Amino acid sequence: MDAFLLQILNGLDKGGAYALIALGLTLVFGTLGVVNFAHGALFMLGAFVAVALQNLLTISKQVRDESVTFFEAYKETPYLEIWLGDTGLAIIDYVVPISIVLAIPVMLLIGFVMERGLIQYFYKRTHAEQILVTFGLAIVLQEIIKAWFGANPIPMAAPDAVSGSAAIGSALGLGDAVVYPWWRLLYLLFTLFIVGAVFAFLNLTTYGMVVRAGMADRETVGLLGINIQKRFTLVFGIAAVVAGLAGVMYTPILPPDYHMGMDFLVLSFVVVVVGGMGSLPGAVAAGFLLGILQSFASMSVVKDVLPGIDQIIIYLVAVVILLVRPRGLMGRKGVMEA
Amino acid sequence: MLMESPRKDYMIMAIFTAVVLTMPLWTAPFGASYPDLLQKFAIYGIFAVGFNLLFGLTGYLSFGHAAFLGVGSYAAVWSFKLLSMNVLPAIVFAILIAALFAVLIGFVSLRRSGIYFSILTLALAQMSYNMAYSVLTPITNGETGLQLEHGDPRVLDFAFGAEETAGLPSTNLFGLEMSGWPGFYFCAVVLILAFFLSLRIFKSPFGLKLRAIKSNQNRMMYTGYNTRPHLLLVFVISGMYAGLAGSLLAVTDPLAGAERMQWTASGEVVLMTILGGAGTLVGPLLGAGLIKYFENIFSAINEGVLHSAFSFLPDFLNDFLTFIVAPFVGEGWHLTLGALFMAVVIFLPGGIMEGIRRLTGLAKRTASHRGGKGSARTGGPAHSAEG
Amino acid sequence: MSDTFHFTRRGLLKTSAFAGAALATPHLFTRNAFAQGNAFRNDPSNKSTVTLGFNVPQTGAYADEGADELRAYQLAVKHINGEGDGGMLNTMKPLALQGNGILGKKVDYVTGDTQTKSDAARAAAKRMIEKDGVIMFSGGSSSGVAIAQQSLAQEMGVVFMAGLTHSNDTTGKDKRRYGFRHFFNAYMSGAALGPVLKERMGTDRRAYHLTADYTWGWTQEESIKNTTEALGWETVNAVRTPLGAGDFSQYITPVLNSGADVLILNHYGKDMVNSLTQAVQFGLRDKQVNGKDFQIVVPLYSRLMAQGAGENVQGIVGSTNWHWSLEDEGSKAFTKSFGQEYGFPPSQAAHTCYVQTLLYADAVERAGTFYPPEVIKALEDFEFDGTGNGPTLYRGADHQCFKEVLVVEGNDNPSSQFDLLKVVKQVPREQVMYDPSIFGGELGPYEV
Repeated sequence: MDAFLLQILNGLDKGGAYALIALGLTLVFGTLGVVNFAHGALFMLGAFVAVALQNLLTISKQVRDESVTFFEAYKETPYLEIWLGDTGLAIIDYVVPISIVLAIPVMLLIGFVMERGLIQYFYKRTHAEQILVTFGLAIVLQEIIKAWFGANPIPMAAPDAVSGSAAIGSALGLGDAVVYPWWRLLYLLFTLFIVGAVFAFLNLTTYGMVVRAGMADRETVGLLGINIQKRFTLVFGIAAVVAGLAGVMYTPILPPDYHMGMDFLVLSFVVVVVGGMGSLPGAVAAGFLLGILQSFASMSVVKDVLPGIDQIIIYLVAVVILLVRPRGLMGRKGVMEA
Repeated sequence: MLMESPRKDYMIMAIFTAVVLTMPLWTAPFGASYPDLLQKFAIYGIFAVGFNLLFGLTGYLSFGHAAFLGVGSYAAVWSFKLLSMNVLPAIVFAILIAALFAVLIGFVSLRRSGIYFSILTLALAQMSYNMAYSVLTPITNGETGLQLEHGDPRVLDFAFGAEETAGLPSTNLFGLEMSGWPGFYFCAVVLILAFFLSLRIFKSPFGLKLRAIKSNQNRMMYTGYNTRPHLLLVFVISGMYAGLAGSLLAVTDPLAGAERMQWTASGEVVLMTILGGAGTLVGPLLGAGLIKYFENIFSAINEGVLHSAFSFLPDFLNDFLTFIVAPFVGEGWHLTLGALFMAVVIFLPGGIMEGIRRLTGLAKRTASHRGGKGSARTGGPAHSAEG
Repeated sequence: MSDTFHFTRRGLLKTSAFAGAALATPHLFTRNAFAQGNAFRNDPSNKSTVTLGFNVPQTGAYADEGADELRAYQLAVKHINGEGDGGMLNTMKPLALQGNGILGKKVDYVTGDTQTKSDAARAAAKRMIEKDGVIMFSGGSSSGVAIAQQSLAQEMGVVFMAGLTHSNDTTGKDKRRYGFRHFFNAYMSGAALGPVLKERMGTDRRAYHLTADYTWGWTQEESIKNTTEALGWETVNAVRTPLGAGDFSQYITPVLNSGADVLILNHYGKDMVNSLTQAVQFGLRDKQVNGKDFQIVVPLYSRLMAQGAGENVQGIVGSTNWHWSLEDEGSKAFTKSFGQEYGFPPSQAAHTCYVQTLLYADAVERAGTFYPPEVIKALEDFEFDGTGNGPTLYRGADHQCFKEVLVVEGNDNPSSQFDLLKVVKQVPREQVMYDPSIFGGELGPYEV
């Protein structure tokens, strides 16, 4: 029972990560009709906003370790610690939360630049060409990050206050064995918050409703004298921010490296398509569904019966769903079927 | 437009044959004239030509084509292990197995179209890859890859009086070893045949129907035309091309690894085709050649090579140029490749073939000194079938 | 161009069997290169330089490790050519190299990118052999790639000196006459860790394995299991995880309530960084089970991985091939040359690649010829010292080096940014030796 509950938590957590990445991707699909293979790179760039901030905050006074003579080895003390004492350490400790605030404008800017500088010229081009150009862009972006930060993963820590585990079990009367890391719980809450915010923006604000109208019928909206182009730029920016924030929040779970975007790319496409093209709720639902199923498939009891099932479960479920429901969970007719 | 005179086809084939067979000569100035790379050009050329039959003609973008490549390789190596080191049974066996695999995957995937089709092929191929890497190790030898071994049965070989040698045997075509230059010429001949077949398919009534499906599937269906069998047929043909390419990889180098089936390998053939020009005959070959060239030659340029390349310059200029160029070659070859993808698709919609068309158009115009219609591009690049 | 077209004897026999297949066979096509006296592929005798090929991962997850290997190779070439301070040329014994290249020929090198993929590695190696004319190639950062390359070496008749590869198969089931490994293997990790685990954790422990689901992971799981079960430990469970899983939470939570008190992570590279980080996040390092402190063991450690996992490695035990902080003459000489050249210490991958290059060069010098079978014989059962791991034997039966193995743990209080691992014990080579027959495999012939 405990094991079961923990796997549900794992699944929700994993599903949250998938949903968050897929959300931005499907937003760009649905509104702009662009197959964005650089979406994973945006996720990665978000994570490296946090890394860059950490590097900046921990610029250190270097005291040479004299026992090492062949090269210069230093014991490093961050200047922030020297200048501000414990406050400085606390700032460094909270580098991930601070990065979230920083990542919003940075990712928005990156999104705007990408849309204005490149993506807008590809709205009318074939999907194949969109794939080629965004894939090229993704490679260029990740190689730049590699040249600057190296290929090795870079450790990032959650703040000490939330680095331990929450005793969920004893709080709910389920026994002490059920504990779960605070940061992962926060990640789940954060996902729900972001998903809620994006939905609210699209469904409750006039601005968002016009965007949705543009998704459905771009020309009519244009004829009404609304500058839909500007709104689409903003949508791309929002997608970049969502991907970037997912990346920042993920750093304490997965030490970031330049290739992490590519690792998530295929998976996020599967999630989006299983959810149904152009459907935001579909993407979120598919993310959670696949996350939970993946967790269950990884349990020893399951693996003993079906060896290797955890490696293919996501793809298997994707195939089954697409065969049973032609347009995924909640896809609309005619979107990207040609 | 499509039913052109067969004479033009023969012209195309003659030129193509000459170009392919003289590759060792004209690739030498680019540092690409050695057997392995030329073999790879020919093999990945076959792979891309086959992929283009599906994608270029029907617009169905398969994102799992590498599965057939991998299956073809495994089948060929098993043929070497169980039957004979002769390459012909291996190739036949590989094509058959790939066809079988393609029937299964195609039957499932072709129930959907557009991106749903792409994801179905991707998912099925990734499942194959993951299984081959881990659980199916008894068949695929997992991470290490399937290799020849000393105790292999090779029933046909031994039945014909071959003896166990001290080392591992080599693949051969009735005695002619298939590594090095003979391997290249063998692959080149297969490429020429494969290209010829693709040319025939492009210009056949079957090819015409496929294009009609591409331009409007619904209209085809409303006229009472069942498109599925045609799609499945071309999917299987395309899968057989991939199986053939996979078997040739094993022929020139008898080892089959699971990463041949990974999505990155599937993505690579998509990129090759689009980069060269989807729907054109020669484009995919150019794309395949370019990507393999980058992978093998650009990645090998290190700072030492750069220094000696710029050695005719004064020292400070030499250092400066090396410093500027170094990030784009050697370990930076991915960066250059990514930038190239972007540049091609931004400036040459329709791939490299579009660039060539523009150049020849420009040449013609300047030659005739007339404005007129010139080379204005009409419609998508995918509709033109000229080589 | 003697090796342009060649016919095998068996092939010819078969040609006669297939009587119909009468291929025109011009007589100028000669048979295998080795048949004619001592002619061999890429013979550098008529050239003033000799070319070596360094095939390392330059893209992908192991790119940093590959870059470090390449630095070591460049340093080795310098030292062999008599440039720089000579590094281990001053400490290695016996040594035939004179600092004037190999057999008087200046050493040149070419590089390639393995991408940590067998196909790409073999393509790059073939380019080196066919186009650049290398007489030996070396490098790599994973076992699958090493095995793929050494079987190519055997086919082509060019010696391969493996870089970082830890699977038992490399010098076991898949060993080759033309392939050599200086790095240690999973069996030796187990043998070296055994006594330390006993001393630190006792004999009454319950172990839970998470294993990367491919050949290397399996061999390591098997070797470590054999060791720990011999100590009296119980193996609670051994779960296979997919390569590149990223998030391992679904594999880690079952550990929490399994009753196990030791977690063994048979992961390497990114997998190891991720699984360790997440295991610590789930509180495993601070947990108490069965009245004992919960422990995590990472059998194969590297400093670059420790760097990626950050503070999570503190106090976690594992084994490694070599570490820059060793105090013997060979290690000091190498760390000094490398440190002065590049400004930071070498990794274990750099060390093994550097030593491999010197060993090959020295073997050629001793054999007095580049002819591969003679070079191979010179390497087989070669005893040497002064390369950082104490007295070392290149065993002829399986081409595996036997030397000291280091047991290390993550440093709780590093004195500098490079001081991440602390050497706990240098396990003498007698303790990690084994009978070559336990892994089977066949080396194959000298002449191919």
